[in-house]
Amino acid sequence: MSSSPVSAHTTDPSVPAVPDDRQPRQTSAPVRRFGSPTGITVAAIVLSIALVGSVLLAVGLGPAVISPADTARYIWAGVTGGRIGADEATTYQIVWQIRTPRVLLAVVVGAGLSVVGVAIQAMVRNALADPFVLGVSSGASVGAVTVSVFGVLTAMGIYAVSVGAFLGALLASALVYTAAYGRTGVTPLRLVLTGVAMSFGFQAVMSVIVYFAPSSEATSTVLFWTMGSFGAATWGSLPVVVGAVLAAIVVLRRNGRRLDVMAMGDETAASLGVDAAKMRRGLFVLTSLVTGAMVAVSGAIGFVGLVMPHLVRIVVGAGHARVFTIAPLAGAIFMVWVDLVSRTLVAPRELPLGVITALVGVPVFITLMRRRGYLFGGR
Amino acid sequence: MDLRLDSLGVTIDGHDLIQDLSLDVPDGRIVGLVGPNGSGKSTALRCVYRALKPSRGTVWFGGEDLTGLSLRDGARRLSALTQEGGTDLDFTVEEVVALGRAPHKHGNEPLTERESELCREAMHRLDVAHLASRGVLALSGGERQRVLVARALVQEPEILVLDEPTNHLDVRHQIELLSMLKGGDLTVLVVLHDLNLAAAACDRLGVLDDGRVVAEGTPSEVLTEELVRDVFGVAANVVPHPLSGAPQLLYSLESSSAMRGHTR
Repeated sequence: MSSSPVSAHTTDPSVPAVPDDRQPRQTSAPVRRFGSPTGITVAAIVLSIALVGSVLLAVGLGPAVISPADTARYIWAGVTGGRIGADEATTYQIVWQIRTPRVLLAVVVGAGLSVVGVAIQAMVRNALADPFVLGVSSGASVGAVTVSVFGVLTAMGIYAVSVGAFLGALLASALVYTAAYGRTGVTPLRLVLTGVAMSFGFQAVMSVIVYFAPSSEATSTVLFWTMGSFGAATWGSLPVVVGAVLAAIVVLRRNGRRLDVMAMGDETAASLGVDAAKMRRGLFVLTSLVTGAMVAVSGAIGFVGLVMPHLVRIVVGAGHARVFTIAPLAGAIFMVWVDLVSRTLVAPRELPLGVITALVGVPVFITLMRRRGYLFGGR
Repeated sequence: MDLRLDSLGVTIDGHDLIQDLSLDVPDGRIVGLVGPNGSGKSTALRCVYRALKPSRGTVWFGGEDLTGLSLRDGARRLSALTQEGGTDLDFTVEEVVALGRAPHKHGNEPLTERESELCREAMHRLDVAHLASRGVLALSGGERQRVLVARALVQEPEILVLDEPTNHLDVRHQIELLSMLKGGDLTVLVVLHDLNLAAAACDRLGVLDDGRVVAEGTPSEVLTEELVRDVFGVAANVVPHPLSGAPQLLYSLESSSAMRGHTR
């Protein structure tokens, strides 16, 4: 009797037949990771520290390089209203008035896009969805271009274009939702298909406006909104978007378990006490508002909202409460560095953010996906 | 807790999916719903686990009208295995099973020690404990089905509704699952395709055809050669099981195909 230890238990007739499926398959190597509660806490703390460090570095770096210590001192002075020597006034202005709002906007939008990406993917149950899949970005562009070409909303002053973009985003969302609404409510697939189709419509409208526009300003407005940039960041543009993103993070994280339940399918969700249709309506309103607020100040920065959710899930698993803890931090750090690269790599010119998010993100994502045996939407 | 379907009707786009469907599921009993494809079995179950609002009629839950309960309150007392295959996201097996506690928890509140023990026990009973930390997307169909049953059990329902629970299961796990239900004291409403398993597992059977209950009673009352021919369109010899006495159907392939022309 020469049976190897491996085959022994399957050939031994005294042992009841063991179903094949007991053998762990190698195709799904251990995917997790930092999924335990302590793991998440540690990861969140480490990422928070990394975020603060990244912000200090990013504020200090640029055409005028300022050490992190000085950066911290200027920011502290700005926050507390402390005194700065007259010889340092220019540097202080650069740090506090120009770079700090810009980097903070990157933090907020990076966090927001990641979180909204997770929420949208849960809402339409589609791994390819991103915050702009429902026509929000093209709607915003139409709104912004309309404002800059036709000069409406002048009462809003310097925020006119942003307000126009926000209204355009909301209008687009409302149109998409109405068009997708059918006898059985809004099904995920209808929502995505309608969103994609309507996006083309909005883009066409925008092209027509730009084509007949007398000024070249419209063209640059379009460029800004389709490529995304934090160049227009000011302190004044921050509060609304900060509020929106923070509220979204809190609300979504609280609903983590309900989103998990919803991921099991609408019928199963009903049997577990969650009304998926109602939940989907709420998510739609929340994500539209937050995405609109972000697009209004930074344009449509692609890729982050698509890939960051997957990246985070690869590391912490699918549970939404965990994902909503880590995704904002990871997205914020990523965006701060992307913005830094965009404004320093070929300074004084700025590279569009979308270019860098894709150039950096794609290889990272593909490497991780291949190495960790990540599965989404099947095998 | 007993469950009573009272003159349920579902009409969608002018089509009557089920009509005037009444069925009693007495406390602690297992009632099977059988019938050909498209006869309305799953539609009836959907009304029970609240994924669908019946156009007419009432689902009585003990003495209460189910629609009077909130979705969440209902889910604390009744759990379901639906035909949905699970999820697009790669949750681990233990995460999916733990979701069964969702109707009992607020927000993201962690499971108590008792609840974690409940999950471990359910995974053990369904023979998926060894898969606990594996992602559900990598499982075979049968493994995933067992995970979903474990999730439904963890919900600690008074009534369990199962839509084709033996789908994808190998014969051993089919037998184990139905034995477990038979040995337990839950009130169960179950859709089964295998009439022999239904006869062995259920206390009573309801036969659906074209959205109506055409026969109802104990398996030996219901599963006659005439009914099987009329409703399912197959010839079968019905013999008593040598040990349990439950009716068992023996099919013969040649005569089935020969008679296909002149049934229904």
